[in-house]
Amino acid sequence: MSPRATLSLTVNGKRRRVSVPPMKRLLDVLREECSLTGTKEGCGEGECGACTVLIDGRTVNSCLVPAVQAAGATILTVEGLARGARLTALQEAFVGMGGSQCGICTPGILLAAHELLRRKRGRVPSDPEVREALAGNLCRCTGYQRIVDAVQAAARPGPRGVKRPAAMARHRPSARAREHR
Amino acid sequence: MSVSRTRRPRSTAPGALTLRPPISVGVSIPKLEAYDKVTGRARYLDDLVVPGVLHGRTVRSTVARGIIRRVTLDPAFDWTGVVVADHKDIPGENVVALIVGDQPLLAATEIRHAEEPILLVAHEDPERAEAARLAVSVEVEPLDAVLTVEEGLARKAVIHGDDNIMKEILIERGDVERGLAESDLVVEATYRTGHQEQLYIENNAMLAERTREGGISVRGSLQCPYYVHRALATMLGLPPEKVRVIQTVTGGGFGGKEEYPSMIGGHAALLAWKSGRPVKIVYDRLEDIAATTKRHPCVARVRTGVMRDGTLMAFDVDIVMDGGAYVTLSPVVLSRGAIHAGGAYRWPHARIHARAVATNTPPNGAFRGFGAPQTLFATECHMDMLAERLGMDPLAFRLQNAVREGDVTPTGQTLRESVGAVLVLERTARLADWTRRRQRYDRENAAAEKAERAGRVARGGRRRRRGIGLSLALHGAGFTGSGEVKLASLAALELSPKGRPRVLSANTEIGQGTITVFSQLVGEALGVPAAFVEVLAPDTDAVPDSGPTVASRTTMVVGGLLERCAIGMRERLELFAERPIAGAADFQRVAKRFLRERGPLRVERRYEKPPGIAWDDDRYRGDAYGVFAYAACAIEVEVDLDTGETSVLNVATAHDIGRAIHPVLAAGQVEGGTVQGLGYALLEEVRWKDGRVWNHQLTNYIIPTAVDAPPIQVEFVDNPYSHGPRGAKGVGELPMDLPAPAVVAAIAHATGLRMDEVPVLPERLLKALRQRADA
Repeated sequence: MSPRATLSLTVNGKRRRVSVPPMKRLLDVLREECSLTGTKEGCGEGECGACTVLIDGRTVNSCLVPAVQAAGATILTVEGLARGARLTALQEAFVGMGGSQCGICTPGILLAAHELLRRKRGRVPSDPEVREALAGNLCRCTGYQRIVDAVQAAARPGPRGVKRPAAMARHRPSARAREHR
Repeated sequence: MSVSRTRRPRSTAPGALTLRPPISVGVSIPKLEAYDKVTGRARYLDDLVVPGVLHGRTVRSTVARGIIRRVTLDPAFDWTGVVVADHKDIPGENVVALIVGDQPLLAATEIRHAEEPILLVAHEDPERAEAARLAVSVEVEPLDAVLTVEEGLARKAVIHGDDNIMKEILIERGDVERGLAESDLVVEATYRTGHQEQLYIENNAMLAERTREGGISVRGSLQCPYYVHRALATMLGLPPEKVRVIQTVTGGGFGGKEEYPSMIGGHAALLAWKSGRPVKIVYDRLEDIAATTKRHPCVARVRTGVMRDGTLMAFDVDIVMDGGAYVTLSPVVLSRGAIHAGGAYRWPHARIHARAVATNTPPNGAFRGFGAPQTLFATECHMDMLAERLGMDPLAFRLQNAVREGDVTPTGQTLRESVGAVLVLERTARLADWTRRRQRYDRENAAAEKAERAGRVARGGRRRRRGIGLSLALHGAGFTGSGEVKLASLAALELSPKGRPRVLSANTEIGQGTITVFSQLVGEALGVPAAFVEVLAPDTDAVPDSGPTVASRTTMVVGGLLERCAIGMRERLELFAERPIAGAADFQRVAKRFLRERGPLRVERRYEKPPGIAWDDDRYRGDAYGVFAYAACAIEVEVDLDTGETSVLNVATAHDIGRAIHPVLAAGQVEGGTVQGLGYALLEEVRWKDGRVWNHQLTNYIIPTAVDAPPIQVEFVDNPYSHGPRGAKGVGELPMDLPAPAVVAAIAHATGLRMDEVPVLPERLLKALRQRADA
């Protein structure tokens, strides 16, 4: 048996103590020890971003992070975004605007977008800014257009918990596409 | 503007007892599947925790062709707790049942391709299972392998039948030789496309358990539950009722989970059968790319005759596709490729000759488009070149020759209705501002060239050119020829104990929004909101065989069956209530009373061929599809002449999919397919060494990121199909047909160089640019 290390970390606001091999991937610690299976594995080598979580507010590929490196850290996973049944503006926008198709990349993309929106402090990120922030997260279903639209829509002020009908029905080009013309 | 979201379709449900405004069809309601996906609650196969589960691993061949001489389990390894299974453990037939039973579940003596499964191991601890896999050695006597279609055609070795040809198709209309002889201009060229990996982000994964009744239950990531069901019954020798297949939330398919789940599901089932324990097999990315199916590579030699005024005269094509080592789906992929080869054009004379050739490479299989992207790439590239040779604008040339209502395809199918080829060309041109863009880039490119000749350095010191290219495609929805009649799909709608309508179908949600669209169609016909409709997850113990989730058929074919079920259910309930039903609360009241007084209610509908459709399998003539969907695409690129890099600036595309049931989801299909097509055009190349994939990682098999993907403008033209539910045709595959030829055309516009092969990697383009400079 490999030696184990006992670590404490805060996951989605909850303190956890786990006893794991020190080099166990954070991804597996979250999925197995914490039973948080919302974080996905797509490639196991830090290319696809499906395993993206936030450590102390910054995005990481949790498949490349050994457990010891997360000791004492504050971790946010997709399960920690919503408040009970109430979705965040970002989650709502993904549901309403077609930002999620097969959904396997969605948790990682939501966290990368969440970090971007926090960094922007209420300003609406531009199309290239969103694309840059999500460049480490592969999606094979959407072609990214609706993801970009949803992230921008979530940054716009609007009453929480209320659907955005104008945004939901649109399938017109994004702002950047129109500017380009 | 006739974008479908702005125009609600009138209620056209035949048999509807009351007229009422539509509730959700044509409106983009929030996607019902998405709630669980944005909160992390959705359980994919690997997320399931099953007590006592073993983890299965697959021992595979490292050579492309040979004879197994000996399999040795390392005596120094501790085999305690390891379950080992090989072909001798298979209780039924050692075959993955599909079209032809030539593919074994586990190789017995003969190896026909690298990565062919030979032996299975399983252990409670995934690391021990992996160690056990490495402790198996397989001695193979290698044989001469056929690794390319050229080697296959030359019969370097005979590996299939007596000529290595899996399937041959000939489609003829008119007299091609006469048509060519009468043409002003005859042009011939050859076009190549390579393998493409589906690259769903969730790898293949299945879980098998023996049931208490002496059967097997398999759950997993899959598109076609009844394909897996049949394969399991065959390999285990079980009666159908003892086999159960359940789809778990599936992280993408694109065809890659059409036939392969029968293989991995069979492996998990065999290990579970032998051990009596639940067994999970989850591939990692390396194994998934190396071992599972890919898009068929294709070589197409096109010869066309055309008059000086631009009138098309004759189309002659020779298509060769690489089927890989076993037949799997190659005959039908070839068939779709051949039927679509003529594109959306009028050809008075046509000859389409197509062959699928066996090679000692992993079997190629279903991938979005199913043969059509390959042949349409050739035809569309050729059309663009013809326009140039004739000195015509590519848009005008296509408009002149695009099919209209009443035109006849090479198989002799008269296009009777919903023929949107001209419509999508016009709309795409308007969306892209085609003429002005093209003129502007002509001007700018000429000015840049002049400046460079004069020795003036461009801004940033980079020599760049821009161009815009166009493509047009058609795509038949549903199975080809008599396929839908043979499938005879059955779908059902029942009342749930809560008095709600519940959809029973084997069609899977793999990201496209099946649940939402089915709910909309059923809700609409019943006069209740979509969210009121329940949709049962596909489970062969509970749902009828409504056919596979492939061929852009789910909405058009199965959605149509469900709409008819809903109309039937409404009639039954309204007759029972002796009055019209108004809304969800009223529906539930009536339904609950019906359940109390009359018992369960289940309405089934089976596929019926639309009237006037006929197909002759032997002569390959007739109505290949009930209807075609049409789309055009304009793509703008910028080429860096010094690096050979091509970036895509903008995409504008108009689609005629009949009528969009859910415009946002439909546009999501178009955008996703477009970016997958852009990957095919510019980035995605499977590299081979001795019959094995060399770049089986996401580090070196490159798919588009958010930064690579351009802004995409999508428009739907309203062109309802009378036999589709609410006018709908298929949408899933069509967008995949367009980007590759449009990118090649745009590069030709930007640089004057016509590439005849995708992907147009920077190295490939740079080489072509240098060759031109040297010439």
